Amino acid sequence: MRKTLYLLPVLLFLVVAGYFAVGLKPGRDPHEIPSAMIDKALPEFDLPALNDGPNVSNASLKGQVTVINFFASWCVPCKIEHPVLMRLATKDKIAIIGIAYKDAVEDSRRELVKGGDPYARIGVDRKGAAGFDFGVYGVPETYVVDKSGHIRKRFVGPLNAGSVEKELLPLLRELNRS
Amino acid sequence: MIIELGHFALILALAVALVQSVVPVMGAARHDHAWMAVARPAALTQFLLVGMAMAALTYAYITSDFTVINVIENSHTDKPLLYKVSGVWGNHEGSMLLWVFILAVCSAAVALFSSNLPAALRARVLAVQGMISAGFLMFILFTSNPFVRTMNPPMNGHGLNPVLQDPGLAFHPPFLYLGYVGFSVSFAFAVAALIEGRVDAAWARWVRPWALASWCALTVGIALGSWWAYYTLGWGGWWFWDPVENASFMPWLVGTALIHSAIVVEKRDTLKSWTILLAIITFSLSLVGTFLVRSGVLTSVHAFAVDPARGTFILLLLLVAIGGSLTLYAVRAPALQSGGIFAPISREGALVLNNILLTSAAATVFLGTLYPLFLDAIGGPKISVGPPYFDKTFGPIMVPVLIAVAGGPMLAWKRGDLLGAVQRLWAAFAVGLLVALGCLYATYGGPVLAVLGLGLAAFTAMGAIIEWTDRVKLFRIPLAESWRRAVNLPRSAYGMTFAHLGLAISAAGIAAAAFSVERIEIVKLGATLDISGYSMRLAKVDQIPGPNFLAEDATVDVTRNGTPIWTAHPQRRFFTVQQQTTSLTAIRSSLFADLYIAVGESDGHGGWTLRAYYKPLISWIWLGALVMAGGGIVSLSDRRWRIGAAARQRSTALPQVAE
Repeated sequence: MRKTLYLLPVLLFLVVAGYFAVGLKPGRDPHEIPSAMIDKALPEFDLPALNDGPNVSNASLKGQVTVINFFASWCVPCKIEHPVLMRLATKDKIAIIGIAYKDAVEDSRRELVKGGDPYARIGVDRKGAAGFDFGVYGVPETYVVDKSGHIRKRFVGPLNAGSVEKELLPLLRELNRS
Repeated sequence: MIIELGHFALILALAVALVQSVVPVMGAARHDHAWMAVARPAALTQFLLVGMAMAALTYAYITSDFTVINVIENSHTDKPLLYKVSGVWGNHEGSMLLWVFILAVCSAAVALFSSNLPAALRARVLAVQGMISAGFLMFILFTSNPFVRTMNPPMNGHGLNPVLQDPGLAFHPPFLYLGYVGFSVSFAFAVAALIEGRVDAAWARWVRPWALASWCALTVGIALGSWWAYYTLGWGGWWFWDPVENASFMPWLVGTALIHSAIVVEKRDTLKSWTILLAIITFSLSLVGTFLVRSGVLTSVHAFAVDPARGTFILLLLLVAIGGSLTLYAVRAPALQSGGIFAPISREGALVLNNILLTSAAATVFLGTLYPLFLDAIGGPKISVGPPYFDKTFGPIMVPVLIAVAGGPMLAWKRGDLLGAVQRLWAAFAVGLLVALGCLYATYGGPVLAVLGLGLAAFTAMGAIIEWTDRVKLFRIPLAESWRRAVNLPRSAYGMTFAHLGLAISAAGIAAAAFSVERIEIVKLGATLDISGYSMRLAKVDQIPGPNFLAEDATVDVTRNGTPIWTAHPQRRFFTVQQQTTSLTAIRSSLFADLYIAVGESDGHGGWTLRAYYKPLISWIWLGALVMAGGGIVSLSDRRWRIGAAARQRSTALPQVAE
């Protein structure tokens, strides 16, 4: 009995080493935050437009590849993301659907007049109900939706030049081809 | 040419390491002195060869040799010389080379200063060091060779990660590695003792200075890292419970247990198998830390470029080194003779308590660090374990540690007098209570736990002081007599007093962190931000070019009650090569509080984000760490290690032609 006690350290180590081995399996990215919504249909939403125009709803996005970006005027990382979105809209001609998340209408408007508006259309999610259905952790968050209306990719936190070049644009090209 | 010489020296070093790990062990088993004697020259040769490799890579960095891929990826001609040199270990390959170089330094030191060791023990210790070295040299040569060249050298390099271009961080890795790798010596001693099946007081006496020296280096290394995080990240934090910070903290905790339990082996000839286990675990945790940083298994701000092949290789190394030594432990440790018995209330008992608490603390940190991996591996959700877990679990364990630190030294060996110890500590209780009440009064309505923490720290500090005054019988005998006693106290006693005082100082700094005040606001030019009675006016923001960056330099005039006391210059530096921004905080440090200002981004309309913090006693955290390490160094200078040194000098004076 006493002798088996001395075996305990090495046995514990082997268990931990087993976990390490699993942790090394290729393709595992500890940075990734998975979304339960990936490959699911877009949740239903119908939001009033920030500026004049028809409501922004899931039905209105059918049949096209869409980039949906949750933002707010009170969100500091969104300001970091803003120039990236501007370039995406002007240079790459991507139509971005903006959703103003838990933000007062005047604040959103003022911010966009001041810094420039990268969005094709903007829906107002004053209470954050749509964000809740999407499973938004915090703003900014960006979703890519394919032509059949299924969410294909989610970006948590601000987009940057790297993630746009390496992930977003290639994915959009691929989705537009299919 | 020099690069190829460095590469070649590294290959030769591997060959020598293989010889060093095989021949001396066989010699020790066969009682063949000629074979055992191979260990020493082998260790010294290895030191020379790895030193050459290290020098070659450093040369490539200093001369900006852009035919070497490693230099291209991590250096740039515009970089100041200090960072060209520190760039050598600011990347995966180079840091591994530094790791092996420090290992070679340790082996060479063992080889040089071990004439008073029995020949067989020395041969085995050096052989174990040779095995570790061989494993890591293979790792470098097969998966992470820093000497790879390219046929098309670019005009200039990519430059070193800007956050690493900092004096604090230039010295952080060498100290940390000195600590990590230094524990390989205690590990080697433990494994050698298990092979021999014998652990005695003499063994502990050889191991302790090595463990103590590594512990000092690790203490300094961790403190440097934490201090760097404090002044450079610009958020006022100093410890984030990041997996990589934890990876360095765990060996520190277990290493602290080791240096204490080795005392028991030395003085009382007991707790042997436990001490051996601690020596193995301390170094194992250093290895696990190395693995975690480089394998990409966990999310961390510190992670090096991730390559699964490297991770697999290190995992194999871990299996051989840790699995092998723990198996040896399982087989051999039950047969170790246990020595003197002791009552639960005794110095030994207190040290056992300290061991249990410190290893539980390490286990807590281990669990918190690896839990996300465990959960993910069994298909659970992805989570990250943050500071709340560590504060809730680690904090409560530290409370009895602080009490035991004050009380333990008051107890006698074998059988202590608890009531006597409590009586001797009454003054410490009183001071602790006074400090707590004073703080409660001064910060009424503030965090109560922090007040208790400060009281506890005062209690621990007083405990250390009382222990000393008791030893010199201050005010109980004439002062001159006390003075004589104080002078004659062994250095190791002073070492303990300092180290325990240092712990109390750090604890006070950590507890006081709860009182820090923070204000983050967008401030227009000419406007002011008020914090804790200080008024900060953003006077101007200038553009200043640096050697390899552009800086936005803010001038902040700080006044208190209208009197100007400080002109702060926090900066935001934009590194042109990497397109990355770092912040240089302005900190006005005093013994009682730090005033801390960081400048954030501009809002584009003449306003800048200012982050201002008022942090009472924050510098005590690092001051305490330095005092702790200082205590270790004082203890290292103790006479009883020097007596061994004198004996060594006599034997090395003889010419050793026979070798």
